[in-house]
Amino acid sequence: MVTMARPPLPSEDKRWRIVQGTMRKHGYSRNALIETLHTVQQSFGFLDKGAIHFVASSLSVPLSQAYGVATFYHLFQLRPPGKHTCQVCLGTACFINGSERLMRHAEQRLGIQAGETTPDGEVSLLAVRCVGSCSFAPVMIFDEKTHSYAKPETFDEQLQAWRQP
Amino acid sequence: MMSHEELEQTTAKVRQEQQAAGDRLNVCVAAGCLSLHSDAVQKSLTEEVKKSGARCSVRGVGCMGLCSAGPVVSHEPAQAIASNDTAATQPARLYGGVQPEHAPKIVASLQQDPVRELAIDTTMPFFTKQTKIVLENSGSINPESIEEYIAAGGYRALLRALHEMTPAEVVQEISASGLRGRGGAGYPTGLKWATVARAAGAIKYVICNADEGDPGAFMDRSVLESDPHRVLEGMILAAFAVGASQGYIYLRAEYPLAVQRLGVAIREAKRMGLLGAEIAGTRMSLNLEIRLGAGAFVCGEETALIASIEGRRGTPHPRPPYPAESGLWYCPTLINNVETYANVPPILSRGSAWYAAQGTAKSKGTKVFALSGKARHTGLIEVPMGMPLREIIFDIGGGVPAGHTFKAVQTGGPSGGCIPESLLDIPVDYDSLTQAGSIMGSGGMIVMDDSSCMVSVARFFMEFCMSESCGKCIPCRAGTAQMYGLLTRITEGAATHRDLDLLVRLCEMVGATSLCGLGQTAPNPVLSTLRYFKNEYLAHIEDKHCPAGVCQCATTPAEVTA
Repeated sequence: MVTMARPPLPSEDKRWRIVQGTMRKHGYSRNALIETLHTVQQSFGFLDKGAIHFVASSLSVPLSQAYGVATFYHLFQLRPPGKHTCQVCLGTACFINGSERLMRHAEQRLGIQAGETTPDGEVSLLAVRCVGSCSFAPVMIFDEKTHSYAKPETFDEQLQAWRQP
Repeated sequence: MMSHEELEQTTAKVRQEQQAAGDRLNVCVAAGCLSLHSDAVQKSLTEEVKKSGARCSVRGVGCMGLCSAGPVVSHEPAQAIASNDTAATQPARLYGGVQPEHAPKIVASLQQDPVRELAIDTTMPFFTKQTKIVLENSGSINPESIEEYIAAGGYRALLRALHEMTPAEVVQEISASGLRGRGGAGYPTGLKWATVARAAGAIKYVICNADEGDPGAFMDRSVLESDPHRVLEGMILAAFAVGASQGYIYLRAEYPLAVQRLGVAIREAKRMGLLGAEIAGTRMSLNLEIRLGAGAFVCGEETALIASIEGRRGTPHPRPPYPAESGLWYCPTLINNVETYANVPPILSRGSAWYAAQGTAKSKGTKVFALSGKARHTGLIEVPMGMPLREIIFDIGGGVPAGHTFKAVQTGGPSGGCIPESLLDIPVDYDSLTQAGSIMGSGGMIVMDDSSCMVSVARFFMEFCMSESCGKCIPCRAGTAQMYGLLTRITEGAATHRDLDLLVRLCEMVGATSLCGLGQTAPNPVLSTLRYFKNEYLAHIEDKHCPAGVCQCATTPAEVTA
């Protein structure tokens, strides 16, 4: 197999070393594409064009395939996330318990649609499909913290806490 | 090198330590209770025990089942630990809704009567009607300790198979047990194993499908968080039976705790010589790696899952060839679901005859369900195959909340259907559920009452299928979008009878012509609700009225609110 020279790290940023570590762990194998993109997203919060370029050429994967993968999977974000993330679970149990209303409420309060980030870059609103906390439906996840039996007020309180200086 | 003697020594050591530690307070630290901050409960109990000097240990354990009562804590008195060495029995005392401030009361009660206001009645049907095989260790062992799994009888089946059985005998034992795939389709597990074992090829793979994508299903997550070694042992046995030396666990990235605990379990098993090169001193080797999904429901389909492990877009391809013959990197590949693997160690340690004696003629053993929705008791349950739905919902689940009436139970996620009250006496098995227009599925069971609109439920699932369609085949990509549009129109009170006819025709077409299971089963929620709740569709169309008061139809009576 012809191996092409690997590209240099895009910048001095130490996080690229972590990304490189994942690729090295998998022997720069093409099938490490998804694993590597996971590492990029964990390190940088999202996948920008430069990162996709870098990973594709490091793993000798066609850019089209790398971009195809990055856009296929819901978890990969191509835009920078807001400072905080609010996820509304739209799984079946949450749906039965009124999560659509929660989502509408959050959308109205933030003035954005699910999948978007507020213009000030503070809050991203996302829909998730079942986090498996069905017994406490409906649930919302604020940053990493799951909130059980969520109500519209739950969201308002969290939003206020986030917006406090 | 790990031997039977060492397993026994480890077991004796763990038991001795446990008995020396006195009473035991077990705090559920599976994701459900953790989201109710059970970690804070564990911390305050630990501090309280320290302060009071009580002879008691505080441990984090996996899911105890009754999630709706979370955070759950159990108290095992020292005598019970000493006399009873199978960890699987119900703990003597069970507390629900425990908060950090309850710690002093609970610790003070160790040698006295239980704390009454927190006590959960362990004689209620929720507990007594269950039969636990897959979940036997859940909630009684520390999921991050391989020693505790060994002390509960773990890895005995593996060592016995490696030392005393041939791979063919292991396959034979699984075939004889009648175990069928727990991912939903119910394909005979032994037959699948035999096909992979027979397939020609120097390299073979085993894969564990832990991409639990059905909304409303959390069985696999709970098993992985509560008893990960059981799944590993099942996978190692499968690899031995089919001749694989490399394996992957394809796990949802949405389950970080399961990822972490599985990672710990793999490391521990390697450290003990039960995984990796030359397992237990034999020539058998198996390398296991975790592969994270990235949020694509279609990757639960086995050919799409394989594409994803290979680092590609998760799009399915037509079968045959089946993965058993040509799977990962065109090599013979065995793919089973988490719960299927979790059934393997008990089958081998207790025998296929014991397993086959449970359940029905064509569906053996037990099934784990994630019971949720409008039931009084929700959580993770395991029942023998063949138990009537009514018993599960009304005895174990305690029925719907007061003031409401039962309407339907949804099984099988977006591929399944809604079963009405009139069919609740059918037994839970693969064939009966299919006959009723639903499927067993992976085990999500969502109870709905009169506050749920069945058209909007059908629309909910169609939206899910539409957004999760991978786009490779047209019937699924375009068909789900068209059906979603029609269902939306019905819920808005803007549809006609012609729309309904078109919806039915589309259901038939998409079901018959889609490439993979996602599209083939996407019409099921619509077809089953049309079959049993057609009046609700007609009410939306003819009267512009939503009987449940959920949809914003033109003339929804003002006094009816969701």
